[in-house]
Amino acid sequence: MRSNPADCELIAPGTLQAVLSLLSDEPGQWLPIAGGTDVMVQYAAGNLPARRLVSIWNLPELRGIVISPDEITIGAGCTYTELQEHDVIARELPLLASAARWTGGIANQNRGTLGGNIVNASPAADSLPALLAYEAELILVSVRGERRVPYLGFHTDYKKMKLAPDELIRAICLGRRFSNYLHYARKVGARDAQAISKVCVAALGRLRSGATGSVIDDVRIALGSVAPVPLRLTEVERIAKGKPVGPELVQLTRKMTTGAIQPIDDIRSTARYRSAVAGNLVAEFLQQLRGSGKTV
Amino acid sequence: MTHSPKNRGKCEISLMVNGRPETVRVYPMERLLDVLRQELGLTGTKEGCGEGECGSCSVLIDGKLVNSCLIPALQAEGTNLTTIEGLAEGPQLHALQTAFLECGGAQCGICTPGMILAACQLLEKKPNPTLDDIREGLSGNLCRCTGYMQIFDAVMEAARRNPA
Repeated sequence: MRSNPADCELIAPGTLQAVLSLLSDEPGQWLPIAGGTDVMVQYAAGNLPARRLVSIWNLPELRGIVISPDEITIGAGCTYTELQEHDVIARELPLLASAARWTGGIANQNRGTLGGNIVNASPAADSLPALLAYEAELILVSVRGERRVPYLGFHTDYKKMKLAPDELIRAICLGRRFSNYLHYARKVGARDAQAISKVCVAALGRLRSGATGSVIDDVRIALGSVAPVPLRLTEVERIAKGKPVGPELVQLTRKMTTGAIQPIDDIRSTARYRSAVAGNLVAEFLQQLRGSGKTV
Repeated sequence: MTHSPKNRGKCEISLMVNGRPETVRVYPMERLLDVLRQELGLTGTKEGCGEGECGSCSVLIDGKLVNSCLIPALQAEGTNLTTIEGLAEGPQLHALQTAFLECGGAQCGICTPGMILAACQLLEKKPNPTLDDIREGLSGNLCRCTGYMQIFDAVMEAARRNPA
């Protein structure tokens, strides 16, 4: 049953400092709401546990994309539309730009934010594997100050994360060091647009010349919708480095991928199908890497 | 956009709706969709799924397409809103409205206001869209009657009549 608006409080303090003070004074009492594309869905279904909400939509301190020589800093309140339309992101972080295009319809892309996608913590979120592949770091802010943490490991279990009750994500930082990598992104869903992924993958790789031909110099592979949290396949990456891409490696990584993930049966797919597709996508990525000419 | 924690209950929200200043007294978590239909009598905006999937409740906020079922009223404070009622100029229909009529782009009509506003945003960004642009631009708006082809024809026709 739908929530009753008379039972809910929503305030918009208007500045980051005022929001942080509120979160600090009454930790755990206030649910931040940005574009509302997840929170309002739960609210409409009567499933929102929070009764007190604080708007962080359009807070200037959470907006903007800053380009420095080494890094791209994306305000947590940036929308998917802003990510897609930014030239540098489209050019240097195509995995993130693709994920932004896949997430929801245009109306939701105009409201959904990258920070919101992280804290909503859906294992099926399309942007999160891209953040893992690019080794994003998060700037977390509270009245106690800021701290910078790697995104890898931020999600500890289904919908659980290392974010204190008085903290917000202020920005997401991504290094500008992947220009000579193959960027591979693929989403498998019921349809191309506006369908939640059955499996999605974001991967980066480059080759180098070895004694007997090209071998994998560096590789990063991340998957969504196959575990309680977005997953980076660090063990698969470790095994693949230094090896030539051939049928043997493709077969091994396919098998390892299937072993590393914990897919489930749900309304969108089955564990069996997700396993098969995840293995196929990793294999497809490696085959594309072999022919990519992306060499150190 | 400010609302003091001391002001529990309803609050006053002012915004521009179809070029006119409006002030409503509503709960801050009321859905913009309900404010439009119930407080302002603008029933052209339709409720379909109520969870941001179907696009029936699409409106433009500051020129950007949004699902009004997912916007709490307080977040509309100070914005410039366009609903389907705001497109025609007096008796003169908007080019998209004319094209939808002529091409058979509307059947039951529930998706039509959202489709037209989504097409508005599309043509704003891409005045000469390809069929793929149209398919992508309207991909968040579901129609269960037309099979979409007449809708795509209508958007193409509107673009043709108003060359950039």
